[in-house]
Amino acid sequence: MEEKFLELFKEVFEMEGQSVNFTDNFRDFDEWDSLTHLSLIAMLDDEYNMQIEEEELKKLLTVEDLFKKVNY
Amino acid sequence: MALLKYKGVGIRGMAAAVPSKVINNYEYTEHFKKEDVKEVVDKIGIFERRFTDDKTTSSDLCYAAAEKLLNDLDVDRTEIELLIFISQTPDYRMPATSVILQDRLGLPITTLAFDLSLGCSAFVYGLSVVYAYMEKSGLKKALLLNGETRTKVYSAKDRMTAFIFGDAGVAALIERDKKYDESYFSLNSDGSRESLIKINAGGYRNPSTVETLKEKVVDEYGNIRTEEQGYMNGADVFNFVIREIPKDIKRICKYADKNKDDLDYYVFHQANNYINSYLGKKMKFDKTKIPATIHKYGNTSSVSIPLTIVSELKNNLIEEKELLLCGFGVGLSWASSILKFKDTHISDIVEV
Repeated sequence: MEEKFLELFKEVFEMEGQSVNFTDNFRDFDEWDSLTHLSLIAMLDDEYNMQIEEEELKKLLTVEDLFKKVNY
Repeated sequence: MALLKYKGVGIRGMAAAVPSKVINNYEYTEHFKKEDVKEVVDKIGIFERRFTDDKTTSSDLCYAAAEKLLNDLDVDRTEIELLIFISQTPDYRMPATSVILQDRLGLPITTLAFDLSLGCSAFVYGLSVVYAYMEKSGLKKALLLNGETRTKVYSAKDRMTAFIFGDAGVAALIERDKKYDESYFSLNSDGSRESLIKINAGGYRNPSTVETLKEKVVDEYGNIRTEEQGYMNGADVFNFVIREIPKDIKRICKYADKNKDDLDYYVFHQANNYINSYLGKKMKFDKTKIPATIHKYGNTSSVSIPLTIVSELKNNLIEEKELLLCGFGVGLSWASSILKFKDTHISDIVEV
């Protein structure tokens, strides 16, 4: 489950082949911007049938926060 | 639940006008670095847009489209008894632009005319209003005019909106005739999301002041705009679209007792290509049945649905075709319709 999420996450952030840790703050990645945000929304909807609006997303800081949100 | 159906009313013809000035989005680099622009343009799939000059308004575009349509169909103008102008970029705060267009188009003073102010959902809303009037009355012919100059609304220095919008105007001639089968509408609104797409100042809640006209840096990305320019939270609009639009399409299909695969075309509001492609994929629609103009005209707000019909379905609407129309955006407001086209004349696009 963790592995699949990381794979999807790297695809969204176009960071395939790079190391991403659960403790990383995803907003610190250079790839994070409004365009990546759209890809993240599409992935969360497509894979997890979930929409996280900005108000809620603001509270999520790390890769793990995101993972927990979709797998709680 | 606002589900409505009408019978014996249909679209006789449509025409569109676009500004002649073409903007190549990859070269729209005055305020941003070329490589950043490329990244945005590749993602949103909007390669060209049309910009009006300072003097041309949405009603000028609609006027050009209406003249083309009325002349092509050789319409007796005294038979037009209803005119609705749809726009959120009208000529003046008052009077209503529709009334000015009544005179400019040489329509009789007995014409029923008013404006309708909604954004991307407005063409479908407007059709439902015209159909209701036509079905319940003896009115012979109606003109639905829909124009927008959204390029004048947004800041060229705000990358959230700088590359998206284009200008255009359309005219649709609507008639009563027994040959027109049933048409179906689903109309919705969610005012709790009013701030997702908004011009905050310049109306009567926050009147125009020197302060509201000042350019300011508004976020950590360095985007710049005034309070009288439009703002869009694209991410939450996208969240809303993928949550609500599939539900509304299912609702209208059920109400009309249609299987989505039996419909001939699905015409969506042209938001940007990323959102539209995702929506088509999520709905599992046959791609070949989704006409698009987002790549060449950009997002023209409410005009994008009829503009896409005029641009992409010319010569395809003579034999009977059943279309799904779906518009969504500012308000938030969204609307879907299933309706048949038959013997529908589509004029060539006019450049102004």
